[in-house]
Amino acid sequence: MCECENMNIEEIVDNFNLFDDWEDKYTYLIDLGREIPPMNPALKTEENRVKGCISQIWMVLEWGADGRISLTADSDAQIAKGLVAILYFAFSGKTAAEAARVDISALFARMGLDRYLTPNRRNGFYAMVERIAAFTAGCT
Amino acid sequence: MARALNMAKTTLDFKGDFPALAQSVNGKPVVYLDSAASAQKPQCVIDAMNEVMTKHYANVHRGVYTFSAETSAQFEDARGKVARFINAASEKEIVFTRNATEAVNLVASCFGQSLKEGDEIVITELEHHANIVPWYFLKEQRGIALKIVPVRPDRSLDMDAFEKLLSPKTKMVAVTQMSNVLGTVVDVAAIVERAHAAGAKVLIDGSQAIVHYDIDVRALGCDFYVFTGHKLYGPTGIGVLYGRYAALDALPPYQGGGEMIEKVSFDKITYKEPPVRFEAGTPAIVEAIGLGAAIDYLNGIDRTAAHTWEMEVFHAAEKLLSAIDGVTIYSTAPQRASIISFSLDEIHPHDVATVFDHLGIAVRTGHHCAQPLMKSLGVTGTVRASFALYNTMEDAEKLSAAVQKAKRLFL
Repeated sequence: MCECENMNIEEIVDNFNLFDDWEDKYTYLIDLGREIPPMNPALKTEENRVKGCISQIWMVLEWGADGRISLTADSDAQIAKGLVAILYFAFSGKTAAEAARVDISALFARMGLDRYLTPNRRNGFYAMVERIAAFTAGCT
Repeated sequence: MARALNMAKTTLDFKGDFPALAQSVNGKPVVYLDSAASAQKPQCVIDAMNEVMTKHYANVHRGVYTFSAETSAQFEDARGKVARFINAASEKEIVFTRNATEAVNLVASCFGQSLKEGDEIVITELEHHANIVPWYFLKEQRGIALKIVPVRPDRSLDMDAFEKLLSPKTKMVAVTQMSNVLGTVVDVAAIVERAHAAGAKVLIDGSQAIVHYDIDVRALGCDFYVFTGHKLYGPTGIGVLYGRYAALDALPPYQGGGEMIEKVSFDKITYKEPPVRFEAGTPAIVEAIGLGAAIDYLNGIDRTAAHTWEMEVFHAAEKLLSAIDGVTIYSTAPQRASIISFSLDEIHPHDVATVFDHLGIAVRTGHHCAQPLMKSLGVTGTVRASFALYNTMEDAEKLSAAVQKAKRLFL
């Protein structure tokens, strides 16, 4: 098990906010993106692609035998992958009840990244958050 | 119009005329390098639009009252300004549309009604989707064939291939005068000559070219020329279709409604002559007057000097970027202007642009509404920096420094 799986989303938000400078924040975000488990290239299908105009994001959501969410995702852009990593640490391994308590908008607002959650036709990331919400809601 | 002229070089400062460029973004003075998508507006355009709405706004061509008469006069005056700006034979050859896209759609839709299965339309690999999709509709609806002129490895248009595609079946050649992705400037005069010799009509998409070059539609000899106001320092919502009068008059109406009709009964409707035949409904009145003000602005400056200056800044930026290890520039045609399309190592264009934004620099990323061209370049997207008359050497230097910063951050 890689070390990252022990990382807690609250810790990540706190770490992120330790940086004053946007460059350091982005460096941290990019590093986070490199921490999450790799996605099998065979899963990067059109069906698993989250529709968005600029960067490509692929995501697979499944319920594990233990009743916990398994989130596998990747992006061809590094900042998008960092954002994907935040979702990974926020949702992966959670039960449906735990996932329902995650306030992703509040998390992003605390990190000053709320602009990425704006509904925008060019922003596949928002669609990804909606997809997670629909997935977890469907099983609660 | 007086301009600050530096002694050593032809340094022209137009930035002060554009109020939005005095703003800061993320704490940095804005460096606007997305003018090929949409240009900033000079104060005089904003003032002209304000004036219509604050002093004498009314619908045009209807009322006998003073407001309507004044606004109608300014609206028609704007049409005259456009006609003179591109050297049309008369303002009757100027149709106001919403944008260049609508102008192409208008011609494709109206001209297309005379086409039949087996007829051919020639477009090029350089085209914006706006000059592809309306013709593709005709392929679906009328069974015409689309013939595509390829781009050469040096990013210029393959004129030999173009000539080979012409035949008696060719009814229309629709071509951009300047690529929105590569800045490639096309010899449209040569295209018109050869297309006409083959008996085809020619539509030129001048959306990019008209911003940088003096356009003389009669010297070009084209049948149709389209462009949009918002790239030409004017407002959004107003575009232009120039049509040689005979070519325009040969077209049936586009949309039905008020303004464009002569007489209406439920048995028979007769239509007005161009240009009003193609202007159903209340037009974009304030925007047309704003476009007229943008043309006044361009007429008031030394456009030749402005173009020379813009090209100096553009080439300086190209030189700075090409010196950076990892930068690949795609916009390399021998005849090119004002647009640099590039990539930086394997870094995603969106990542590059996000860093730029933090530095106050606005660029466009993605496929630039030209997916077939992206495919031929072998990329899914690029970063595009596009220059206009208000950009400065400092902008070019900031762009180069931003590329260096993005490289440090992502590699």
